[in-house]
Amino acid sequence: MLVRETGVTLLSISLAFGIGCIILWAGGYSIPAVFANLWKGAFGNKISIGQTLTQATPIIFTSLSFLIAFRCGLFNIGAEGQMYMGAMAAAVVGIYVKLPGVLHVLICLLAAGAVGAAWGWIPGYLKAKRGVNEFVTTMMLSSVAVYFTDLLVAPRMFLHDTRYGSNQTVRVLGTAVLPKLLRPTQVTWAIIIAGCVVLLVWYYLFRTRSGYELRAVGQSPSAAEYGGISVKRKIILSMCLAGFVAGLAGAGEVLGTHTRFISGFSPGYGWDGIAGGLIARAHPVGVLFSAFLMGALRAGSMQVQRSGAAPGDIASVLQGLVIFFVIAPTLIRRLIRWRRR
Amino acid sequence: MPEYAVEMRGIVKRFPGVVANDGIDFALERGEVHGLLGENGAGKTVLMSVLYGLYHPEEGEIVINGVPHRHYRPARAIGLGIGMVHQHFMLVPRLTVAENIMLGQEPIKSGVLLDREAAVRKIGAFSQQYGLPIDPRARVNQLPVGEQQRVEIIKALYRGADTLILDEPTAVLTEQEVESLRDALLKLKDEGKSTVLITHKLREAIGMCDRITVLRKGRVVGTVHAKETNERELAEMMVGRDVVFTVHRSEKTGELETAMTVEGITACDDRGIDILKGIDLELRRHEILGIAGVQGNGQTELAETLTGLRRTTGGRIWLGDSDLTGQGARAFIDAGIAHIPSDRHLRGLVMSFSLRENAILGRHRESQFSPSPFWQKQGAMTRFTREIINAFGVKTPSAGTLAQNLSGGNQQRLIIGREVTKNPCVIIAAQPTRGLDVGGIEYVREQLLKMRNQGAAVLLISMDLDEVLMVSDRIAVIYDGRIVAIKDPESVNRRELGELMLSGSVSSEREAGDES
Repeated sequence: MLVRETGVTLLSISLAFGIGCIILWAGGYSIPAVFANLWKGAFGNKISIGQTLTQATPIIFTSLSFLIAFRCGLFNIGAEGQMYMGAMAAAVVGIYVKLPGVLHVLICLLAAGAVGAAWGWIPGYLKAKRGVNEFVTTMMLSSVAVYFTDLLVAPRMFLHDTRYGSNQTVRVLGTAVLPKLLRPTQVTWAIIIAGCVVLLVWYYLFRTRSGYELRAVGQSPSAAEYGGISVKRKIILSMCLAGFVAGLAGAGEVLGTHTRFISGFSPGYGWDGIAGGLIARAHPVGVLFSAFLMGALRAGSMQVQRSGAAPGDIASVLQGLVIFFVIAPTLIRRLIRWRRR
Repeated sequence: MPEYAVEMRGIVKRFPGVVANDGIDFALERGEVHGLLGENGAGKTVLMSVLYGLYHPEEGEIVINGVPHRHYRPARAIGLGIGMVHQHFMLVPRLTVAENIMLGQEPIKSGVLLDREAAVRKIGAFSQQYGLPIDPRARVNQLPVGEQQRVEIIKALYRGADTLILDEPTAVLTEQEVESLRDALLKLKDEGKSTVLITHKLREAIGMCDRITVLRKGRVVGTVHAKETNERELAEMMVGRDVVFTVHRSEKTGELETAMTVEGITACDDRGIDILKGIDLELRRHEILGIAGVQGNGQTELAETLTGLRRTTGGRIWLGDSDLTGQGARAFIDAGIAHIPSDRHLRGLVMSFSLRENAILGRHRESQFSPSPFWQKQGAMTRFTREIINAFGVKTPSAGTLAQNLSGGNQQRLIIGREVTKNPCVIIAAQPTRGLDVGGIEYVREQLLKMRNQGAAVLLISMDLDEVLMVSDRIAVIYDGRIVAIKDPESVNRRELGELMLSGSVSSEREAGDES
């Protein structure tokens, strides 16, 4: 079963790349040049690999975020916003709270998770108690979060770093910084934390009572109700957990990659998380693979853009094709069931 | 005119891993109603699907109206006058009766326009001729099931069917509708049509057919005349052994302890309409209380209120001293009430979960399976599941098999095993034998009787009146959301029960001026 699933995924990726080649050829681009630069940008040298891993890290978190909600039958489209809120929380605690080294990092992470969870709680509560479609609420709250955090770091606002024109905070305190792992790349401890969270999420979903109940609700709310499980509570819990994990994505970027909160720091990691979760077929361990793939595509496309072999958007095209081929059958099946509810 | 409308000789049809039809000879006389009887999986539907052209047999001959045919598709079969009415109707819910019937054969006027009136007229003529009352302008999704079935039959007749195949037609009908069907079949006979009735219901086979062919495991056991046989003989032919049809009254004498009291329960259905209008019941230990009633009088909702799956709008539910009114399913489970749900796919199991994960559904909070919210003992779950599989005869490759890959009977065995091993004080069994074959039905009844003998209070809700009569110690009749009578199965007669179920009162009482 697992072998077949992996095979299908690999086949889908090959198909996607195949169609991508046709598109490149139709556009008059040099296929070898594009793929050579794609590879170079993703894996060519230590810097490239570092770039791949750096981009993959927040996507691991946001993919897990989508996955947790998905396992409960919900579509969390708002990981981007939950990530921004978590990032802001991490920045605030990182700048204004004075704590010794590791403890400071921990508290920052918890704060980021908590705020992310709160941001996820809102659509969760609305869905559970009022049946409000979470697809809409999470997407809207995402926009709110992005603009709100931007506002908080605008000039004349308290958090703004007056030394610079752009909307950002000052650097977080040294004790809150996540140390670099792979000099001279930007890879930090955030990726290790991400890996641990993958294992935690797997354990939660498949080895705990709460995770069992959550999955039961996702697969059959009526059977879950029959088994004495509170469907409403699980909906709220899953959205809180999803928000928490997305918040950690933000913390990773603020405490690690940038060491400060920069408005608009995300080139769409939250949205990539949706793809990442789906390509991983909603399995935590699969997320490591899909996030890595997304990261590689992003890093590679930057090089393609730089080299002029093709517009950097080619990565988006490839990404879109991969998603299409891998998840179209699964997604369609799920959407049909979801609409029936 | 050949004597036989249809002859099938030596039909062999194989599927991967199973021989569904193993050399079957079947002959349908012109103008007869021929029952095809057998357990689930005996090969009845496959045989008829072969006749209809849905499958091609590996070996064998098919002769229709004296002419042999090979390798044809349903379109051809329809052209040859064979019509099939499937168990799951193939009607478009949003279209009208007339639109459904003429689908694919629409009458045209002026070359382009749909001639609805012509279709309506033709359909009306059929309806009259064959005694199948329908309203051509009604929308299908608003029709009762019995009428939908008549639409399906007319659909076949409209296409010129001389031979009709009805697949489990009575599975979804009320007793009244079954009567109507019987009349319709007689009318069809008068008009010279031949009918094959696929069923696993013994009584209906005898009551509606001229001849009956019994299949078992892909082979013909025998063909008998309905008038010359009885249910016991047919049942033996179907399962190959002496089927126990005897009654098992409780041996317990004396005053029985009350386990659960239900007072004046009212509730609404999913549309918000009152469906339970004041139910009073007493469930006693060592007793099976059967609820008899036509589907739609509140049985399903009753089962849901007694297990915490539906909010009541009034009344009280007591388990011993505890007041369970208004609580959710979890409180009922914790109080020791077991529930065999009427819809095992929707409620009873998470179909995409493995058996292991389903075996603990409802029991997953017990410390033997999960000592803390953060730890689920996988080993204990597997061991427990294996115990149920062995003790209750669940046929499955392993404990990790997905529930959706099991047959209905085995799924039900798992559910029963799960509920029964709780040692509950009360068991609510809603339609527990629905969709099961004779072997499965026997087994379920055995288990319920066993639980009763061990001291549980059992509530049996069943549409099968025979089952209720056979198994219950007391019978309560539900009509229009109320319990209208409580009878002793030994002394009540079927006619009286039927009247109570269909109208809420007995005609002698009605004549005395008692309006219900």
